[in-house]
Amino acid sequence: MSNDHLALEASHLTKLFGTLKAVDDVTFSVQRGEIFGFLGPNGAGKTTTIRMLTGLLTPNEGRVIVNGIDLHDHMIKAKMQMGVIPEVGTTYVDLTAEQNLALTGKYYGLSRERIRERTKELLGALGLYERRGDPVRTYSKGMRQRLSFACAIIHEPNVLFLDEPTEGLDVQSRRLLVDMILELNMKGCTIFLTTHNIEEANALCQRVAIINKGRLVALDRPEALRSSFEKTQSLEVSFDPRIATDTLCFGHVSKIETSGDKMILYTDDPHATIKQVVDVAQQEHARILSLRTRGPSLEEAFIMLTDDKRPGCEIVD
Amino acid sequence: MRSLIDTYFLRGIAVTAEKNMRIYYRKAPVVIFGLLFPLFMFVAFFIGRELEIDLFFPAFLAMTLFFTSSSVGPLITPWEKQARTFERLLSYPLTVGTLILGDMAAGMLFGAGISVLVLLLGVAFVGIGISSVVLFLVALLLGAICFASMGVLLAAPASSSPSNIMMLSSLIRFPLIFISGIFIPLGELEGLRLAVSYASPLTYLVDAMNHAAGGPTSMHVAVDIVVLIVVSAIFLIAATAIQKRSLTKGL
Ligand SMILES: Nc1ncnc2c1ncn2[C@@H]1O[C@H](COP(=O)(O)OP(=O)(O)OP(=O)(O)O)[C@@H](O)[C@H]1O
Ligand SMILES: [Mg+2]
Repeated sequence: MSNDHLALEASHLTKLFGTLKAVDDVTFSVQRGEIFGFLGPNGAGKTTTIRMLTGLLTPNEGRVIVNGIDLHDHMIKAKMQMGVIPEVGTTYVDLTAEQNLALTGKYYGLSRERIRERTKELLGALGLYERRGDPVRTYSKGMRQRLSFACAIIHEPNVLFLDEPTEGLDVQSRRLLVDMILELNMKGCTIFLTTHNIEEANALCQRVAIINKGRLVALDRPEALRSSFEKTQSLEVSFDPRIATDTLCFGHVSKIETSGDKMILYTDDPHATIKQVVDVAQQEHARILSLRTRGPSLEEAFIMLTDDKRPGCEIVD
Repeated sequence: MRSLIDTYFLRGIAVTAEKNMRIYYRKAPVVIFGLLFPLFMFVAFFIGRELEIDLFFPAFLAMTLFFTSSSVGPLITPWEKQARTFERLLSYPLTVGTLILGDMAAGMLFGAGISVLVLLLGVAFVGIGISSVVLFLVALLLGAICFASMGVLLAAPASSSPSNIMMLSSLIRFPLIFISGIFIPLGELEGLRLAVSYASPLTYLVDAMNHAAGGPTSMHVAVDIVVLIVVSAIFLIAATAIQKRSLTKGL
């Protein structure tokens, strides 16, 4: 069987820290040219997975193949294919942007000439060219992140790994980074990114894997994930006078959120829930000020998927 | 495939060494423990005493080499872990062996450079004579490799706290200078104190330096050289093994 179309294959990846299974039998593959998202809450095992995929951690079980090259057997060759932006990885603050890029380029074996070209190209595109000679310690967080990005792609990798790349960036820096990622992808670079921002995964990724407590709980296109979790549909309702939240904990309602004077009732059957809401309003002699149904949200789907179980109905303020 | 590894292996060492030289030579602990400290020792022990400086110069030079070469290594890995640069470094096409040798090379060049400088000052101002330049260079190189490797070994179990490792390394380095025939020539020692001296690798460097300078020696120079080589190899192998195990500690 030919797997030429695959940029990344992870099979049965498992990582133990002591007795903690940080990653538990994770298997997936990423197509060439795909943007693949790894979505999960804090401590789900995203960073641990990315570290195994990039050769930093040796898995207890399982293997990783990058562009047909077994990572474990041909570490250097496989790493040549990759660019990595670690979660908290910074560049050297004592060095300038130029020096940082030159250092990275040399590790990848680029010629002096090529390093010069790429430095100019990347720093220009990322708006750092003017500051290229200043030590990185004088850079803002957004500038550092952009430099970090430049370092990861100086050698034009086939596969780029990003661990929560837009974490802590403002809208503008975030957009610049997203544009860079998309542009890189257009040129054929496969992207693997982790995030806990569902909107970002939704907007950026062709496929999304959801991980919780080390286990893959879902893997599909964002739209498919969306439609497969009908129970994340909701009703937004407000009453006058307000009614106690717990009187609305019936039947299909799995969760109630209050925001301002509105209550959001998550339900897998909006039709039945609307009838019950109307009944409750009558019993409580309250007027329904507004009532609106909302489609399923990926965000809710994500929370429901990654939570173990949710007995009865939960009330969230 | 083989040649690819070889190329990247060697290049990786060179680039790692260059990086370390650019960044870590300027760091305070390197300057303090690597430069100021031997100077203080020199002032404290030699100035104002009735010691013949040219007699003790080879030993002093060995001590300088010991301190300077071993002061860079302990700093690098913990510093990189604390500054969060280590994870990115590990994602580059390199192996733990590359990193260890690159860190060692930076320490070695630092130690050898400073020691040559000290020697030149000694020759110029104190009239130090060297009877065998070749032997001196061999001793200098082996000593620099040996103690730079020791420095790297000290950093190998590091998590992300440079100060802890600097403390540990001082704790280990200081006693060594008192048991290695620097202040009291080996010939004047006996019994347990002599046995302890033989356990210190620095003793063999002091002896080799004395051979080169025509000072008082107590072993065959071949013994000195073999011991320095073997100890260097042990340090490097141990450093690699430990570094592999504690690679992601403190990330
Ligand atoms: N080096 C380590 N030693 C021990 N436990 C670890 C280590 N690294 C991670 N863990 C544990 O493994 C689990 C997964 O951690 P990981 O960092 O992969 O999560 P994550 O999905 O990246 O979370 P976040 O969104 O917070 O970055 C956590 O419970 C964490 O405590
Ligand atoms: Mg993480």
